[in-house]
Amino acid sequence: MNSHHILTVYFKELRDSLRDRRTIVSMFVIPTVVIPIVILAFGAFTATMVRKARAEIPTVMILGGEDSPTVRAALAAHPRLKVVPGTDDFRARISEKRVRAAVELPRDFDRLLASGEPATVKIYTYEGEMRSGFAAGELDRFFRDFREKTVQVRLDERGIPASILKPFELTRQNVAPPEKVGGNLIGGIIPYVIILLTFTGAMYPAMDLTAGEKERGTLETLLCSPVGRTEIVLGKFFVVLTAALATVVLASLSTLVTFSVSAFVLAKSAATGAAGAAAATMTRTTLPSIDPVGFLVSLAMVVPIAILFAAGLLTLSLFAKSYKEAQSYVSPLIVVIILPAMVALFPGVELNLQLALVPILNVSLVCKELVSGVFHWHYLVLIFVSTCLYAGIALALAVRMFNRESVLFRT
Amino acid sequence: MVRALMIEARQLTKIFRDKKRGDIRAVDAVSFTCLPGRIYGLLGANGAGKTTTLRLLATLLQPTSGVATVAGLSVTEQPALVRAKVGFLAASTALYGRLTARETIGYFGRLNGLADAEIAVRTQRLADELGMHEFLDRRVEKFSTGMKQKTSIARTLIHDPDVIIFDEPTLGLDVMAARTIVRFVRDCRDRGKTVIYSTHIMSEVEKLCDTVGIIHDGRLLAEGSWAELKTRFGETDMEDIFVKVVGEPPVV
Repeated sequence: MNSHHILTVYFKELRDSLRDRRTIVSMFVIPTVVIPIVILAFGAFTATMVRKARAEIPTVMILGGEDSPTVRAALAAHPRLKVVPGTDDFRARISEKRVRAAVELPRDFDRLLASGEPATVKIYTYEGEMRSGFAAGELDRFFRDFREKTVQVRLDERGIPASILKPFELTRQNVAPPEKVGGNLIGGIIPYVIILLTFTGAMYPAMDLTAGEKERGTLETLLCSPVGRTEIVLGKFFVVLTAALATVVLASLSTLVTFSVSAFVLAKSAATGAAGAAAATMTRTTLPSIDPVGFLVSLAMVVPIAILFAAGLLTLSLFAKSYKEAQSYVSPLIVVIILPAMVALFPGVELNLQLALVPILNVSLVCKELVSGVFHWHYLVLIFVSTCLYAGIALALAVRMFNRESVLFRT
Repeated sequence: MVRALMIEARQLTKIFRDKKRGDIRAVDAVSFTCLPGRIYGLLGANGAGKTTTLRLLATLLQPTSGVATVAGLSVTEQPALVRAKVGFLAASTALYGRLTARETIGYFGRLNGLADAEIAVRTQRLADELGMHEFLDRRVEKFSTGMKQKTSIARTLIHDPDVIIFDEPTLGLDVMAARTIVRFVRDCRDRGKTVIYSTHIMSEVEKLCDTVGIIHDGRLLAEGSWAELKTRFGETDMEDIFVKVVGEPPVV
């Protein structure tokens, strides 16, 4: 093995790849242009939707209660609700989103309240529909408030202090650092995106440098040179690895810049007006902070994953006769990569000894912890070593495949 | 003058294992020798075993049995050293479209262990000889067939190999591009190179080759100079000799 030969192949393939439009798109354009646009557009879109939904005064329907003018008047006077008279098809109207929720008052509600007899108020809502939820919540708050006032009146009538119903207060305090909160919110998505980008970054050069070369007839030309086959495959492997890592690093940088710039712009507009201040508050809640050291360690954990992908993709696409055939092998593989990467998005899936040995899933899970600022050192070592082992096996397989003439000259 | 044997194949055999069709003897106990300053022509129909034989000599494939030496080096024991002595040009050996002609020649120079200064000198000389200066720094993907041919020739010659193997180099070329190749093959012989040339075109064999080997179904059926074959088979036409050797095609 001659490192000079490997470098010769590496620099030529790198130059060749950098002149390939497909590689340029997957390596530079997607991370630096497409990802920031998607982040900004998606963030702005969801923020606008939520704000609109909150600002909207929901239309609700009152069912019954004609004999209880006091409650009806209080409801009608509520500034956060628009009350319309009840109809029999209220269920259909809620489903069709013409009204957001409905409330059913019991017969003689005013009288029942005055006499202290039991009664039930029923709220109808369309579960899972955000605006219906807001309307139901508003109704809920109104009636709880109304109930408390009634209780207060009754206690006062009997000369009993309010503390009799509330012997102690109950409060809840968050001990998780802000990174942990942020990590739990977006921690799953970061490893998912990183792993996916590692794969797509490696995909095009891997197919181009093997199946593409076969198809164009340049592989035979290269094999005629005195350079050994192992040296050729290693040179190609390092180019694919470079592309995968460059994609991830560029995507991370551009994401970082996007977040910092948008935070800066919002902070500036906060200084100029009340609307800006509201926007800035919202951004703070929608852009959770992540642990920077954990993020860097996550990137380091991705290196063996990148080796695994680069070697695996080379092996697979080397077997193909043409670029098209390679695509048909590689494209379904994206699902195989996405599934374990996605499992980390599910709440409740936590790292254990068995999962630490499952490739891709282990890195995905540990990265989720890392960006939350939690460092499980023994797991980190185990995962790094096991992934390196899988990567080594994949690389050995790629070298073996490249030394098989039935694969190289498959026609 | 006694010339050293530059290529020697003895009982060279290559069997391809195929699950559906069973074992295929692509090259079956082929023996021949080639001398410096001579062109050896390997004549055969498509699928006769020409390409496999030449790929065995160029160490792209490993023989199943038999031995071959190139410039005294074993193709099985010292494949990298053999490749350093060989220039291989085939219709199937294409060029990198996204590199320029100069980058292509330089790449193969470096793969052959040449220093950058040496590559620059040799590239200059090859470009002079082949008339390549006009397109030396343009990308190969935009080249005409003729320009690609010249670049391929320069790529094959950059390490000044002793042995040059041509595998159907004129396949799919127009008359002018094919003439460039034929002239180049003669040049190689005149410079004392050992040339082995495979084709299925009778006229090319008549024009070029000092020795002809007729290969059919993986076996070398007849061998000799053009004059020897004429005498032995009592025919004056290469095609008639070929048909006498391999037999008439079956009537469909």
